Amino acid sequence: MMEMMDIKEDVKEVDEVSSSNIKSYTLNFGPQHPAAHGVLRLVLELEGEIVDRADPHIGLLHRGTEKLIEYKTYNQAIPYFDRLDYVAPMNQEHAFALAVEKLLKIEVPERGQYIRVLFSEITRILNHLLNITTYALDVGAITPSLWGFEERERGMEFYDRVCGARIHSNYFRPGGVAMDIPKGIEGDILDWVDNSLMRAVEDIETLLTENRIFKQRTVDIGVVSADDAMDWGFSGPMLRASGVPWDLRKAQPYDVYEKIDFDIPVGKTGDCYARYLVRMEEIKQSVRIIKQCVENMPEGAVKAESNKITPPKRVDMKMSMEELIHHFKLYTEGYHVPAGDTYSAVEAPKGEFGVFLVADGSNKPYRCHIKAPGFAHLQALDFLSKGHMLADTVAIIGSMDVVFGEIDR
Amino acid sequence: MIYDEMLTDLGEFIEEELGNSVLSFSVAGSELCVNVKRDDIVKVALFLRDNGECLFSVLVDICGVDYPDREERFEIVYNFLSLKHNNRVRIKVTTDENTPVPSLCSIYSSAGWFEREVWDMFGVLFDNHPDLRRILTDYGFEGHPLRKDFPLTGFEEIRYDNDLKRIVYEPVKLEQDFRNFDYLSPWEGVGKVLLPGDEKAEK
Repeated sequence: MMEMMDIKEDVKEVDEVSSSNIKSYTLNFGPQHPAAHGVLRLVLELEGEIVDRADPHIGLLHRGTEKLIEYKTYNQAIPYFDRLDYVAPMNQEHAFALAVEKLLKIEVPERGQYIRVLFSEITRILNHLLNITTYALDVGAITPSLWGFEERERGMEFYDRVCGARIHSNYFRPGGVAMDIPKGIEGDILDWVDNSLMRAVEDIETLLTENRIFKQRTVDIGVVSADDAMDWGFSGPMLRASGVPWDLRKAQPYDVYEKIDFDIPVGKTGDCYARYLVRMEEIKQSVRIIKQCVENMPEGAVKAESNKITPPKRVDMKMSMEELIHHFKLYTEGYHVPAGDTYSAVEAPKGEFGVFLVADGSNKPYRCHIKAPGFAHLQALDFLSKGHMLADTVAIIGSMDVVFGEIDR
Repeated sequence: MIYDEMLTDLGEFIEEELGNSVLSFSVAGSELCVNVKRDDIVKVALFLRDNGECLFSVLVDICGVDYPDREERFEIVYNFLSLKHNNRVRIKVTTDENTPVPSLCSIYSSAGWFEREVWDMFGVLFDNHPDLRRILTDYGFEGHPLRKDFPLTGFEEIRYDNDLKRIVYEPVKLEQDFRNFDYLSPWEGVGKVLLPGDEKAEK
């Protein structure tokens, strides 16, 4: 691993008097480094190859999303959520949509809820595929990423078909989704899941789960106890791998998760390997959810029937003066959200993604705070990597599933 | 609705146990929100974490909200989650630019970066924080971007100077003035705007 790193060494002699020959030094890891998963600058204090202190410097991708949202109408704010965790865009739109719906006190039609759950789970699969495969790449296996990315691309085609974009979807809206899914897509999703995705997942599993090198790099690395995980504010697979059975989809269900039958995988050991196993099992559970969504999805409207909040159909807009006015007002002024504040959270693939929204009765949010799961996870890097080898830090960062879009915001 | 009653009970319980530290509490939209005294936040957090009826073992998030018109302009919002009771509670304290808020780092490890972020974005100080540095903004950044009086465009822009072969900082130059459309013409009718002749209708 050491040879792979393009590290600028900043050797600082700290303890010359010490009897050992090991010099303690500070080492700059990143911000441009393949194993840093983005623009993470890590200042490591090392004793030989043992990490003494890790100080992540973040914010290199800070774009001021929260400030920008204060200057946009509610619908204009949605695309910013795609650009937070750009590996799992729809889950984040979901959190914002739920927050706005809560303040507006509107209900989403059942079909709209099913579509949102369906795509949240597709997103979860895409996210975990990226994380597991690049994680394998970090610790020495190239092949999984070649297989995983092919499936990711196929999954993103479904994104493309519902909203016209592979990644930055802007598909979920307060009140439902932007438009209905195209005819025949359900069959294609099932076909993808059964005949392509699950085969790749099984192959990746065969390659990694009992792989001697993979286990050497991950077992007993970065162990977190359940109490520590809660103390550090962990959520999602990071929390579940430590043996805490907690998932917002079960504990505080939103949309139609209540009606769906699925299991929550929980790890036993709290190390990097357990986090890998949890994510792998979550892919399979997501497949179960997808199948139930396709099976049970009713016909009907996909967005709330409220002309003041959701735009009219294109046909109606062309035919009716009233709808034309509604359309015009929605895309200029937007809608007014009653004053109040709410915290709405969803179980995003990386953990609890929350939106704390303060509305002042106008057409723009007064304040929109974004709670990103990765922010809390990365914070614990110092705690997790202390006493580990330098190469283990890479394994720990990979197992956290960090994406800087959401951490830096 | 049963859930709302449960939250009200919990709010009353917290108010009873903590006495003067709690200023008020409210339940809106199935969310419990408690306003507490700034100086008692450590005591409140400790109670919330350790009391058997609360057990809010996770500090989910800390964030600030800026209300420039208020006497104490900043509201610091703490989000707690109890995995045991499947509850959330929101604790709010207020402060101004100069008065520090006691840090929760000694109670929740996760408070460290959350408080650094609030300091960075709002300039709210935290007492007894082990490492209160900026976190999201650039090295050497000045100002606190999420304050309402901080302009959206900021004050400085950077570009790569090909002659100097490095990044240079310059004051923001806009090709066109910053326009903030609000479209606040009311949705239904003209609302409160008085047009000439409107006063006759009142008579």
